[in-house]
Amino acid sequence: METLELFVRIGIYTLMALVLVFALGVVTLRNLFHCALCLAAVLIGTAMLYVGLRADFLAAVQILIYVGAVMTLVIFVIMLTEHLGEKSIRQNNRQSPAAVISLSGIVVLLAALLLRTPWPVTDKALQAKASVMALGKALMGTYAFPFEVISVILIACLIGAIAIAKKDLPGEDVS
Amino acid sequence: MKEIEFFVDLIFVNAKGWCLDLLGHFLPDWTVVLVSIIISAVVIMVLGPLVMMYLTLLERKVIGRIQNRYGPNRVGKWGLLQPIADGIKMFTKEDIVPAQADKIIHFLAPVIIVIPALMVFLVVPFGERMTAVNLNIGLLYFIAVSSITTIPIFMGSWASRNKYSLLGGMRTAAQMISYEVPMTLSVVPVIMMSQSLSTNTIVMTQAGDMDLHWFVFTPWGLVGFVIFFLCAVAECNRPPFDLPEAESELVAGFHTEYSGMKFALFYMAEYMNAFTLCGIATTLFLGGWQGPLFPSWLWFFGKTFLLICVMIWFRGTFPRFRVDQLMGFAWKFLLPLTLINIPVAALWFFVPEQLAWIYSVPILAVSLWGLVKLNRSFVPEKRIYPLAD
Repeated sequence: METLELFVRIGIYTLMALVLVFALGVVTLRNLFHCALCLAAVLIGTAMLYVGLRADFLAAVQILIYVGAVMTLVIFVIMLTEHLGEKSIRQNNRQSPAAVISLSGIVVLLAALLLRTPWPVTDKALQAKASVMALGKALMGTYAFPFEVISVILIACLIGAIAIAKKDLPGEDVS
Repeated sequence: MKEIEFFVDLIFVNAKGWCLDLLGHFLPDWTVVLVSIIISAVVIMVLGPLVMMYLTLLERKVIGRIQNRYGPNRVGKWGLLQPIADGIKMFTKEDIVPAQADKIIHFLAPVIIVIPALMVFLVVPFGERMTAVNLNIGLLYFIAVSSITTIPIFMGSWASRNKYSLLGGMRTAAQMISYEVPMTLSVVPVIMMSQSLSTNTIVMTQAGDMDLHWFVFTPWGLVGFVIFFLCAVAECNRPPFDLPEAESELVAGFHTEYSGMKFALFYMAEYMNAFTLCGIATTLFLGGWQGPLFPSWLWFFGKTFLLICVMIWFRGTFPRFRVDQLMGFAWKFLLPLTLINIPVAALWFFVPEQLAWIYSVPILAVSLWGLVKLNRSFVPEKRIYPLAD
């Protein structure tokens, strides 16, 4: 069994490396459509990492929402603005230095937090299996209020989108 | 008698177990695990293309009969070798790539589209103990993986640098996103009843006496099944929902610029999707491999091919939708009906059976009638063309 474990380990590290490569592709590639595809690859890779961490449900939801819905939307927008896909557009502007400084600040902060947090590995945590049923009960019981708040926000977004996209009636003032 | 039945039922499972036992004598433990995975993978990778090959033949035969002609009958007895001849033709055809195309993505699209189509085979329960991987989120896995299919279609349509391809890609996106919503929601009652996302457990809960306790025999199950099946037809872009590749408007839609083996891969993914979607519809509503007398895998394949024949029958009879009708059908008709279906299923769960029939049939009938009334298209006496002047 040790040999198998070794294979799994190598596989996971290769996957991580691939995700990083694609993530670099998202920010460095010139063609917007290629960037979007790289982003899709990153998201799928992340989902596979979740599978490696035995969070199957999270992985499935990640693919369903990010790859199935959000990425499709992103690519749709790119297709609607076809000329952006053709030209290689400029990748930096005057705000780049400021962005680099603030981002490195965030990276340092996150790294410090990650290093300081003790990550307790207990037997109980290792045995815990996030079942879908437990998740559903938590959403409907303990976390019912935040769940409902999010639903209300989403409904508001939907209604807002419809209100904006609504065709103006002939007599209506467009301004 | 019972023993023979049991033996036939598990014949494939036993064959695999016997192979592994044999290998276990002279190989280390970890290789046996690997071999077990490899056997399942190889079976699926052979089954997918094989199913696709003979689906094309079945489709051409049935469509031929519907249109009052014979269909392919020259290669082999009853044309049985026709798919192999087709395969040879596809392999030897010239592979044409448009000069302006984005070469890498143009190449990757047909390769990638086959991957999710094969991956969903993993959770389809082909028979008793014949699920390749018994995931406890099987159904969610199926929905998630099959939702990836839009991206390779997009890649193919964008990379071809062709107006028809691009239009086809746009239509695919709109259609697949729209029909995914009612499809996912129509599955919810099944999950509520079986209290599980595992495809195996869902089949198990439909056992009952005579193994005929299928979900389709309940009002919510019937409505859910019809909605799921219609959405499945739309998801694999088959007529009458084949707007992404409508040949009378868009040449061939997203695969206009593909030829030879790349085209065959698109075709293969489409047919494998049709098969898996029918298989999942069988699993969810038609009791999967449950059924009296015959072995379980025979029941599964029988039901699945029956559904596929219905798909072919649709193709032979119905004219294609218009784009606005297509969208309206998903959002204004199927979606509200699924939303009504979910509380009806909840009612079914809590109320004793006879009472539940009395409640749920009128609710569903009235809502169906109301939706049909509300969706009646409005034709004004004098047509107004706001953009004409």
